[in-house]
Amino acid sequence: MQRYLISSLTQAAVVLLGVLILTFFMVRLTGDPAAAMLSREASPEQVAAFRLQMGFDRPLPIQFLDFAARAFVGDFGNSLHYRLPALPLVLERLPATVQLAGVALIMAVVIAIPLGLVGGATPGSPVDVIARIIGLLGQTIPSFWLALVMIIVFAVRLRWFPTSGRDTPLAIVMPAFVLSLGTMGRLVRLTRSSVLEIMGEDYIRTARSKGLAPNVIFFRHALKNAAIPLVSIIGIQFGYMLGGSVIIESVFAWPGLGRMAAESISIRDFPLVQAIAFFTSVIVVALTVMTDMAYALIDPRIRYE
Amino acid sequence: MSEQTLTPPPGLVPALPKSQADSGLAGRVGQVAKLLSRDGAGLLGVILFALVVLTAVFAPVISPYDPLKQNLRDSKLPPAWQEGGRWDHPLGTDNLGRDMLSRILYGSRVSLTVGFFGVLIAGGIGLLVGLVAGYTGGRVDAVIMTLINVVLALPYLLFVVFIAGILGRSLLNVILIFGITDSPMFARVTRGEVLRLRESGYVESAVSIGATRGRILFDHILPNLIGPLLTVATFEMSAMIFYEAGLGFLGLSVPASTPSWGNMLEAGRQYLVAYPWISTLPGVAIVITSLAMNLLGDWLRDILDPKLRRARK
Repeated sequence: MQRYLISSLTQAAVVLLGVLILTFFMVRLTGDPAAAMLSREASPEQVAAFRLQMGFDRPLPIQFLDFAARAFVGDFGNSLHYRLPALPLVLERLPATVQLAGVALIMAVVIAIPLGLVGGATPGSPVDVIARIIGLLGQTIPSFWLALVMIIVFAVRLRWFPTSGRDTPLAIVMPAFVLSLGTMGRLVRLTRSSVLEIMGEDYIRTARSKGLAPNVIFFRHALKNAAIPLVSIIGIQFGYMLGGSVIIESVFAWPGLGRMAAESISIRDFPLVQAIAFFTSVIVVALTVMTDMAYALIDPRIRYE
Repeated sequence: MSEQTLTPPPGLVPALPKSQADSGLAGRVGQVAKLLSRDGAGLLGVILFALVVLTAVFAPVISPYDPLKQNLRDSKLPPAWQEGGRWDHPLGTDNLGRDMLSRILYGSRVSLTVGFFGVLIAGGIGLLVGLVAGYTGGRVDAVIMTLINVVLALPYLLFVVFIAGILGRSLLNVILIFGITDSPMFARVTRGEVLRLRESGYVESAVSIGATRGRILFDHILPNLIGPLLTVATFEMSAMIFYEAGLGFLGLSVPASTPSWGNMLEAGRQYLVAYPWISTLPGVAIVITSLAMNLLGDWLRDILDPKLRRARK
């Protein structure tokens, strides 16, 4: 157990170092970060002054160490657009994104898991057909397109929900549903195949042959084992939604991190871009570590290793 | 490829005589056709995919109009089946009077180009890296696996959006971004398969009769990688087509003047309420394409290797 946790934490540290390197070089992909950050009308003198001001004239390793040291204490410099420290801006937008991803995750879990469980336990039944269709739709319908169609149907024609914003409680329904679609499909498929596989295992056959009621077999024996892979995928999917909300938030004008990410990249506000990329990655990595721990708690095979 | 040009070491040349390979191929085509006839969903996937590929190849021949030609007099025409629609523009026209059908047909070229070359690059890098990791093992493998895990642990879409935004809009940039960022997926599958194959009976027996490394690699390991990698390639190509459209939707993919499905969705957004078909119809094309690729991928996975199911997320 201890070794498992240590390896999980080491891995997280390595990933964060990788994220740091990537966010640092991301801004330098075009060669000159000063020229990339300023508008095209900036004079050569302005670019040179900006380069000096941001410290881009120093050797790369020094720049990186400086960047890493500052990132460690949460200092990503000032946003070029808001002229405020980048990290507090990110933190300010975080609750809206967490709320959106949280509601989306709940929607996905509440719809997908029962469907997958029943579908997997009764292959070929009507419920199973629905489960398989949702599994396929989650993979084949682009979320941003579904968002547009839902706006036309439910916001413009039927007027059930507002088209955008975060002013009323109903406003979260459409963006959350659209964001949940991909995860919903993945969860349905995983739950279904996981149950299908377990129902064919020897210990289920044994339970059947000794005359246990189908309900007892399903809830006491099958469900427990089917839950193990689901815990890991749910943790990963939540992180995926946090990063994946960049398009959905833009469509629905949801005032979260994703929309800020799309905006800051279009106005080339790179300190803010770096802060968002790094901060989101930290959350995703933290989620992975927590998932690993949850995994260890529910799977005795890992706990007693 | 003749031996004089490359003079490879013995063992690097596949030992299969040409005639045998040919009859094997014909036999295989027959086998595949037989398998297809048994699987309706797989057959649908193959037919749809073939249609999309043919559309992309013959777009200039089958498009009724020049996709870039503007005609403001006939702008914002609805599809023919709606009131006010005309059959000379079956899917209507956009805000600048460009023919929707022609633009959607041409749009398949961008999607398939990105998907095909993206997968080719990602698959090439991934295959090489995965082979090295799986075959060398030890410290090299540990370093490569760490790198792969770093990339796979990132919020992928966010980084792709940022990198595309920084590099600027061009087809080549989009292909390179997907080709490079997606290679860890292929590397992981390749490595896993190589590790599994190395333990298999026939590789062990090949080693025991003194086969060279090259011979084992080219005769025993590579042929067995084709199936799993082909399956992954189908799903990843579908994902790339999705992400390309998503980038286009954010205005970060190919230049705005290029007719692509993502760009069309983005351009139609401001007319969503009054002229919804401008942005909804290109989405239908994306759905058809990704449905085709997913059905194809599911089918390939089932006939090629059921175990692969666990290797993917």
